[in-house]
Amino acid sequence: MTDKIKPHSIRTRIWREEPEADNPFVARAAYCHGYDVYGEMLGNARWVEMLYLLFRQEAPSSSQADMLETLAVALSNPGPRDASVHAAMCGGVCGSTAASSLMAALAVGAGQYTGAHEVFSAMQAWATCGTDVEAWRRQSTQTQETSGSIWPASEHFPGFDPHGVSTATTVKQTLACLAGHGCGEHLRWLQQNLSAMEEMAGSPLALSGVTAAALFDLGFTPDQGEMLYLLLRLPGAAAHALEQRPLGYKKFPFGTVELEDAATQEAV
Amino acid sequence: MTTHSKGPGLLQANVGILKSHMGTFYPGSHVIFRGHDLHTELQDMDWVELYVFGITNRRFSKEQLRLMHSIWTYTSYPDVRLWNNRVAALAGSSRSTGNLGVSAALAVSEASIYGRGIDMRAIDFLIRTRQQLADGCLLTDCIKQELDAHRSIAGYGRPLVNGDERNQHILTLAHSLGLDQGPYLRLAMSVEQTLYSGRWRMKMNYAGVVAALVADLGFSPREYYLFLFPAFLAGMQPCYIEAADRPEGTLYPIPCIDVTYEGESHRPWKLKDNNDCHNTRS
Repeated sequence: MTDKIKPHSIRTRIWREEPEADNPFVARAAYCHGYDVYGEMLGNARWVEMLYLLFRQEAPSSSQADMLETLAVALSNPGPRDASVHAAMCGGVCGSTAASSLMAALAVGAGQYTGAHEVFSAMQAWATCGTDVEAWRRQSTQTQETSGSIWPASEHFPGFDPHGVSTATTVKQTLACLAGHGCGEHLRWLQQNLSAMEEMAGSPLALSGVTAAALFDLGFTPDQGEMLYLLLRLPGAAAHALEQRPLGYKKFPFGTVELEDAATQEAV
Repeated sequence: MTTHSKGPGLLQANVGILKSHMGTFYPGSHVIFRGHDLHTELQDMDWVELYVFGITNRRFSKEQLRLMHSIWTYTSYPDVRLWNNRVAALAGSSRSTGNLGVSAALAVSEASIYGRGIDMRAIDFLIRTRQQLADGCLLTDCIKQELDAHRSIAGYGRPLVNGDERNQHILTLAHSLGLDQGPYLRLAMSVEQTLYSGRWRMKMNYAGVVAALVADLGFSPREYYLFLFPAFLAGMQPCYIEAADRPEGTLYPIPCIDVTYEGESHRPWKLKDNNDCHNTRS
């Protein structure tokens, strides 16, 4: 009905603005899920509280805010060896725009291997399997339906490191710290059943897997988790892109390509 | 390269020199593109020919290339309302760069209701259905299965209208080029006939026609996906230019009251001081 009255109206449950008396295009107040952002939240709310509120429609408890902040710190810099940060540095090193460096990090960090879609898939698995090891085992033997998808098929069980040998210390530290916040049961269950889960996956747990469990415990949906993972890994990508800029391409590895002859034959 | 299928051994084997059969450039000397010298062997290729050669490693006839050109041409709409074009235009209005705006516009063209998402489902449906028919299935059963699984069939129906102004033009061209007799296009037509004469009343859209035409050229789904990447591109730059030529910020200006709020009423901000984790999963 509202659409008929205002055909150009955007509908939202997140944000309400009151216009200034002298300009309908400028807000004198903005409310996020009912909270006065500039009048009450500013100076009182933490960044992670705002983040949680935006996605979950409710303010977090202090434990939830602490847990999300812990996760944000853990994800903030994947480091220069990570493919998404590497992509951002490719932008920085030749003086590409700031946005393009972040777009590069988002594009590369979006995928099925260490990326946001892996977190999405892992969160879907948590929703399906919960704290039932047998359900996880069944899940691991099922063929993933990728026919007709824009996403390439996943080549490993999501949330686990196909190239890992044992659980990385940093992964164990992150799992322990996040589980210590006591929000939800999945992280603690994961900690208690780590060996069984790694046996099920055939690989050690990865940071993406810890992230998926943490976001699931915080009540986020897989769609929300995918977005948050993309967002929370950007600070490191940005910093590394900027760091490379003055160093320039001469101090950034270029590599050597060796052509393989066998596959150069044209298909008939 | 290595016998390791995964693990640090596989990673270690790939440290250092990069092996490629796609190509490389030798600074100051020459460039190899899929085994050919770009400037002495491929220099007369037009751009689309090179583009599809890069994707498929195959050469195509003049007629086939003409069809591929037109597949892009016929779907390049300089209409700022279209969601992907609007991204490019908003970048112009916001005085961002053209590259950023158009790159983002192409990225969002990988949508689930139009663009690459539908394109992949459309060619997948045709390939699967043709195989099922070869295995003895009835077309109506294939269609029902697809509708049961997805509630729609990619390539049929359309978000805004039922029917597609592009189809007659691309089909006329395909006919004139002798490229309208392939098995996938015949299948796509049969599906349309079944859908339209049945209770579904859906017509084939451009995604359905193009998926069939390109499948008949022998493209795999991945080749098709990559081929279509610039499909909407030519319509985007005009949207960016026009928005950039307007006064800044004047594309889709929205007064505060034109945002319809459907959420919580005003409530006081107070951090919950208990440590219990409400709304968590347990």
